[in-house]
Amino acid sequence: MNRAIRRWSVVMLLLFGALLANVTFVQAFWADELNARSDNRRVLLEEFSRQRGPILVADQAVALSQPSTGQFQYRRVYPDPRLYSHATGFYSWLYGRSSTERTANDVLAGTDETLFARRIVDLVAGRPPEGGSVRLTLLPQAQLAAVDALGGQVGAVVALDPRTGAILAMASTPGFDPNPLADPDAEVQEEAWNNYRSDPLQPLLNRAIARTYPPGSTFKLVTAAAALESGQYTTDGPVPGPAQLQLPGSTSVLTNSSGGECGPGGTTTLTDALRISCNTAFAAIGIELGDDALRAQAEAFGYNSQPLPAYNAATSVFPPDLDPAQTAQAAIGQFDVRATPLQVAMTSAAIANGGTLMRPYLVAEALAPDLAPLEVTEPTVQSVAVSAGTAAALTDMMVTVVESGTGANAAIAGVEVAGKTGTAERGPGESPLAWFTSFAPAEDPLVAVAVVIEDPSGDVEISGGRLAAPIARAVMQAVLLNQGGQG
Amino acid sequence: MNGSQARQRTGTGRWAELALVLVAVAIGVGAYASVGVGVTGGLPAGTLRYGLLLLAIGVGAHLLVRWRAAWADPVLLPTALALNGLGLAMIHRLDLAAAAEAVRLGVPVPAPEATGQLVWSVVGVGLMVLVLVLVPDHRVLARFTYLTFLLGVVLLLLPLVPGLGVEINGARIWISLLGQSFQPGEAAKVVMVVAFSSYLVVHREALALAGRRVLRIDLPRGRDLGPILVVWLIGMAILVFELDLGAALLFFGIFVVLLFIATERVGWLVVGLLLAAAGGLAAYTLFVHVQTRVQAWLAPFADPDANYQIIQSLYGLAYGGVLGAGLGQGQPDLIPFAESDFIAAAVGEELGLTGLMVVLVLFGVLVARGLRAAIGVRDPFGTLLAAGLATAIGLQVFVVVGGVTKLIPLTGLTTPFLSLGGSSLVMNWVIIGLLLRVSDAGRRPAPAPPPPLTEAHTQAVRLR
Repeated sequence: MNRAIRRWSVVMLLLFGALLANVTFVQAFWADELNARSDNRRVLLEEFSRQRGPILVADQAVALSQPSTGQFQYRRVYPDPRLYSHATGFYSWLYGRSSTERTANDVLAGTDETLFARRIVDLVAGRPPEGGSVRLTLLPQAQLAAVDALGGQVGAVVALDPRTGAILAMASTPGFDPNPLADPDAEVQEEAWNNYRSDPLQPLLNRAIARTYPPGSTFKLVTAAAALESGQYTTDGPVPGPAQLQLPGSTSVLTNSSGGECGPGGTTTLTDALRISCNTAFAAIGIELGDDALRAQAEAFGYNSQPLPAYNAATSVFPPDLDPAQTAQAAIGQFDVRATPLQVAMTSAAIANGGTLMRPYLVAEALAPDLAPLEVTEPTVQSVAVSAGTAAALTDMMVTVVESGTGANAAIAGVEVAGKTGTAERGPGESPLAWFTSFAPAEDPLVAVAVVIEDPSGDVEISGGRLAAPIARAVMQAVLLNQGGQG
Repeated sequence: MNGSQARQRTGTGRWAELALVLVAVAIGVGAYASVGVGVTGGLPAGTLRYGLLLLAIGVGAHLLVRWRAAWADPVLLPTALALNGLGLAMIHRLDLAAAAEAVRLGVPVPAPEATGQLVWSVVGVGLMVLVLVLVPDHRVLARFTYLTFLLGVVLLLLPLVPGLGVEINGARIWISLLGQSFQPGEAAKVVMVVAFSSYLVVHREALALAGRRVLRIDLPRGRDLGPILVVWLIGMAILVFELDLGAALLFFGIFVVLLFIATERVGWLVVGLLLAAAGGLAAYTLFVHVQTRVQAWLAPFADPDANYQIIQSLYGLAYGGVLGAGLGQGQPDLIPFAESDFIAAAVGEELGLTGLMVVLVLFGVLVARGLRAAIGVRDPFGTLLAAGLATAIGLQVFVVVGGVTKLIPLTGLTTPFLSLGGSSLVMNWVIIGLLLRVSDAGRRPAPAPPPPLTEAHTQAVRLR
């Protein structure tokens, strides 16, 4: 029987070997993934009992940990939720983390690899581990201007530094207050959460980056760019601008918002077509260029790829496989074209930056607990959207929009502003959207802005210029006053 | 069965045992003190008293082994002691967590479980000694094969007796007696190993040799296999009826392995694996409960609410990482049943991969020493008994630790020596007692052989 026992002991050895290999896998290799899961209360418990680093805007903490009584030693406090709720996100025992609280969690919690050496030092010195901090790219004055200008309206604003891609303002209204979600009392958290979730205006939704809308006439910038890049069009050459355009292969007829022709004899120029936002002209150009050319141009501006992936930003869409009728509608930002305010701002920013699109970013730098920089975000080029020549031509065209066209409300005294209005039709039963996008100063841009207003009141035909343009102006002014000449 | 017979031993190993017992006591006390430091920041007040108690148990057991089984394997007792000590510290640690939680919620603090477990540890060690005293020769156990079988079946049946059996957490495997609850299945496990061994000793040759050959497989005669199969089927049926599938799996495994060892035919392992697969499939189709367990094993995160337990276990292991959170510094209380079925996950969380590996290696040592005792002993009953008991420990550890670490689907079983639960702890000490007895018989030098004939004072007789 001993031979059998020896054989059996080999089997037992294999079984124990399997146990050892499996626990090694779980504890040494799978552990990081398990620890990172958002429903892992152990990691949360540890995090919550530690001083979490602040989120900074300029030199002001917009999210910070303060000593607390109750279940945990610290609680998260947001001093200015009206301005920064969507930028900071929330940090909740029950509902997890969102926005920067989530994306920069490793640094804030002090578990980031870059803080490893410090953790060892803390351990040896017997100091409690401390989290690092992150500084956002937001400019407080621009953010304040954006939120103030939006006021009680439902909408969003994004402002970019076209030279770097840094996000200077990111506002979405209505906002929410993350403080009750971080309350030590679970019932307070629960009540706030349920309120936010049941609100039909969706205050937790960051409309600036996480929601797509039909871009409407602001998409004419993309169509104009494609037209100029194709070499078949110039700014002053004739383009058709009839009162009505019969869509190919369809009984539908496309009209202009004015109802009339865009120029004498149904002919106009590209510049004028953009200035008065002529639908028929851009639809005709779209049919002429074809959907592939439009799509290629849209993708060069960032459509069909996700910006700010860490923040779960929505991907703006230019749909595939369009027939000519659909292409005509897509060329004026209708049909299934969808864009986030961020995407519309990126379009303007690329034109402002001589045709080069900089990759947008929100976190400027990560800092160690002693404020020594750990990681600084370097601006990177996302794509070359158009040539410098096309960018200059588009800029000139956009300047006329503000000087003598639909965007007059964005004019700033003493500064040349380039802009484009938009009014987008939504589905039946939904009110149209008001858009405005612009950059300034036109010759040496410091800021590019996109504004969207849902449910505009009053005369919808001109709402882009009437409602959205003043908001864009306020934000641009704030940037120009506070960042002029800064590099 | 005469492997080590020829080797001459220079010592009994008793001094080595004493040294190892001191190490084991140090582990137990160290773990207890470490829990105190981890939770409250200071050495717990009763550390010295507790240390002296563990020392008394360890040294006392050592002395009694010296007295009753002087040639026994010196590694068995200290290994079991170390595991028992670690288990006590872990249960104490979970007591502290439960007390803190009760204070936070403002409810009465529950009575500490570790106290009861400590009493059971003393009872267990006492029973181990009792086995050594009452069973001076393990071969007596082989005398009453059918009575032993009967006892095993009765033990398995007890929880089904109305008024005596209690259902806890969906399994009817407990009996309540004099205000205490017991798991008679734990005792049945040991009794059945004794019964199977004694039966197989008599019938193994017949099982292996007599019979017909069908499809290149030697089938044993029905009358040889019949009784054992009947008893085994009764056992399995009861266990399935009580929904104690972990124990059913364990019984089946021990049964197959003993058949294999007794007959030396690999075919039994193959047949056993096939039967286990078929049984598993049948259980999967019949019991929703089993389907849930398999789903929880394949994709725990598909339904986090239903699979809360295994997910918490994995989170605990992950939180512990390679070096562990430190005793008293993790949150093993987040795992439901951390003190019983999931104690391995609690160890993994606070002592890390390192600590869990140490525990697994300690179990491995127990199994290896048990199998070595089986090889070393001279009588076939002793061989089967030791091999069966070692296999019981090994398979149980594999099933339960494999379950809580997501190697195999989860089945409810206790971790020997570590888990909270008197019946399990006590019976595992009985197993140690039996293994000590068998190893003592194997290592004891054979009585001096009669002097060779050439040296005898006999006269050569010339016949012619």
